[in-house]
Amino acid sequence: MEFSLSSEQEMIIDTVSSFVEQELYPHEDEVEKTNHIDASLAESIKQKAINLGLYATNMPVKYGGGGLDTLTLCLLEKELGKANFGLQYIVARPSNILMACKDEQIDKYLVPTIRGEKVDCLAMTEPNAGSDVRSMKCRAELDGEYFVINGSKHFISHADMADYVILFAASGVEETSRGAKKKITSFLVDMGTPGFSVETGYNSVSHRGYHNFILNFDNCRVHESQVLGEVDHGFDIANEWLGATRLSVAAMCLGRAERALQIATEWAATREQFGQTIGKFQGVSFKLADMSMELQAAELLTLRAAWNDSQGKMTNSDAAMAKLKATEMLAMVSDEAIQILGGMGLMDELPLERIWRDHRVERIWDGTSEIQRHIISRSLLRPFE
Amino acid sequence: MKIIIPIKRVLDPYTQARVNKQTQLVDLTNAKMAMNPFCEIAVEEALKIKESNAASETIAVSIGTEKTIDTLRTALAMGVDRAIFVKTDSELDLQPLHLGKILANIVKREEAQLVIMGKQAVDNDNNQTGQILSGLLDYSLGTFISKFQLSDDGKSVEVCREIDSGIETRQLNLPTIVTVDLRLNEPRYASLPNIMKARSKPLETIEISSFDIDISPRVKVISVEESGTKDRASKQVQSAEELFSELSQLGVL
Ligand SMILES: Cc1cc2nc3c(=O)[nH]c(=O)nc-3n(C[C@H](O)[C@H](O)[C@H](O)COP(=O)(O)OP(=O)(O)OC[C@H]3O[C@@H](n4cnc5c(N)ncnc54)[C@H](O)[C@@H]3O)c2cc1C
Repeated sequence: MEFSLSSEQEMIIDTVSSFVEQELYPHEDEVEKTNHIDASLAESIKQKAINLGLYATNMPVKYGGGGLDTLTLCLLEKELGKANFGLQYIVARPSNILMACKDEQIDKYLVPTIRGEKVDCLAMTEPNAGSDVRSMKCRAELDGEYFVINGSKHFISHADMADYVILFAASGVEETSRGAKKKITSFLVDMGTPGFSVETGYNSVSHRGYHNFILNFDNCRVHESQVLGEVDHGFDIANEWLGATRLSVAAMCLGRAERALQIATEWAATREQFGQTIGKFQGVSFKLADMSMELQAAELLTLRAAWNDSQGKMTNSDAAMAKLKATEMLAMVSDEAIQILGGMGLMDELPLERIWRDHRVERIWDGTSEIQRHIISRSLLRPFE
Repeated sequence: MKIIIPIKRVLDPYTQARVNKQTQLVDLTNAKMAMNPFCEIAVEEALKIKESNAASETIAVSIGTEKTIDTLRTALAMGVDRAIFVKTDSELDLQPLHLGKILANIVKREEAQLVIMGKQAVDNDNNQTGQILSGLLDYSLGTFISKFQLSDDGKSVEVCREIDSGIETRQLNLPTIVTVDLRLNEPRYASLPNIMKARSKPLETIEISSFDIDISPRVKVISVEESGTKDRASKQVQSAEELFSELSQLGVL
């Protein structure tokens, strides 16, 4: 087994971490306070990221992306993950599912999104279809060359930044041995298409400056050339391309945990109570030991899954374990870090209270912790069925 | 015009140096290493000159063990055209005179008209190599520069030097050696495409023994001590009065 990083990987980490510290950290307090990112700031961050080749690093070089393998991408995600989520999102990694683009979709969506001329968002979730996403009610009915879309989606991230949505809608029902099953089709739908409107979503405890929206479709007509992948096979491309998103969630949690651990360690080494630094009390130092160990365990799981993906052999269970472990590790590390700081840990002078708030969504989106456990256990039990 | 940029791999200045009790030297096992920050500034200046079409080639040189290649790759990833790696088999205690002699050989071989280097390395803080190199080559010298301007005919440079009494402006005739100070420029980060390209740029390896230079140490380090962590703690005060009373209490006035 080889655990060392290549000199390229080390240099990429250096570049991304300098970028995060110099271009993103200085704006964090403002974003946390106002829950808003100025358009001109976003544009300047985006341009700097494009100039440094940090934009769309997950996409192939052939289309203008960075062409990073999954492992190197995780190292980059880890560094970006340290910053406020909204700020780091400006350095976009477009949804991998766009690789399913074909024919004129490549020049209309894939390439401009990689160049930063267009931004994508992705809509599956509905008020009554969360983990059970196949139960979605939003439907697409064929009418000549057009699909007529009706229904609504909620919790759709950064729809305000997006130029189009990768939409999943039910396009029919098929009978299977396990009963009736909805067939799902994926579409590329431009903002401003008649019958498609975007409504402000909910205020979340996590990720200030990064918002979610409600999408409404009322007899919205979408041409059949806008189908992503094959009609009725939307979940095939989702399964093929969206597994990597879990690794990106995991990797970002590693970065944030590292930042929390560093703050807690420095505090424990300098804060004095009862005539000595609090790190000398075992009650505090053992917390640091556990935090560090959990972080490394999560990092190993994540990087191993990423390595497997680079070799084309990542299983659903690999990605689920990485996502589950890293997100739950961040819960523990951010909570213990606050405990080590005491009252100061809760104050917004330091990034800890934010890391603690932000971790909460990570255990819910991209598949809840329970759903990840379901995926892992199913891979164990299926051979016995 | 070729530009040579000698660079050094040092302990990452943002990490805490630890002294190994046995060797009495700074412990570098598993330590995070980086390019000396002054060398980064030298690389940046060389790249700017190249980008203004005033130079034909930029060449980074570094002397050390195999690991030094990583530092040279960083220079290549920043945009330097090629690298020369002078290889030592073990961590040698190379001193400014040795470095000056090796670098003088390379500058002569390359017929470089301009050498841009850090004013010092942040590990040993010697601040001698540039000066010695200038002596050995009989090249003009500008130390601690904060401004660099090549003349239109490309025969001289005007530099500003940061000295105790202020800023001194001087004209240096080429060939010349300049050692750079902190305020000269803001070094760029290596962009992702350049990082990927670095491996395919030329990197020549020369064994240190091939120079036939006596590299036995002339200076002996007697001991190295860690700076106490207690004195590191800083304190913010609100007023001049408070500062005065704090300093009086410490007995340093
Ligand atoms: C801030 C935010 C942004 C989001 N962005 C997007 C986006 O851009 N696009 C998008 O499509 N979606 C997005 N989502 C939706 C997200 O993926 C869903 O919230 C998630 O899939 C869970 O669905 P739910 O919230 O409806 O919870 P539910 O599915 O209703 O789950 C409620 C609880 O029941 C548990 N549960 C459900 N089923 C099972 C089971 N079989 N076994 C055990 N326990 C179970 C869950 O684990 C959870 O604890 C976002 C969500 C949030 C909060």
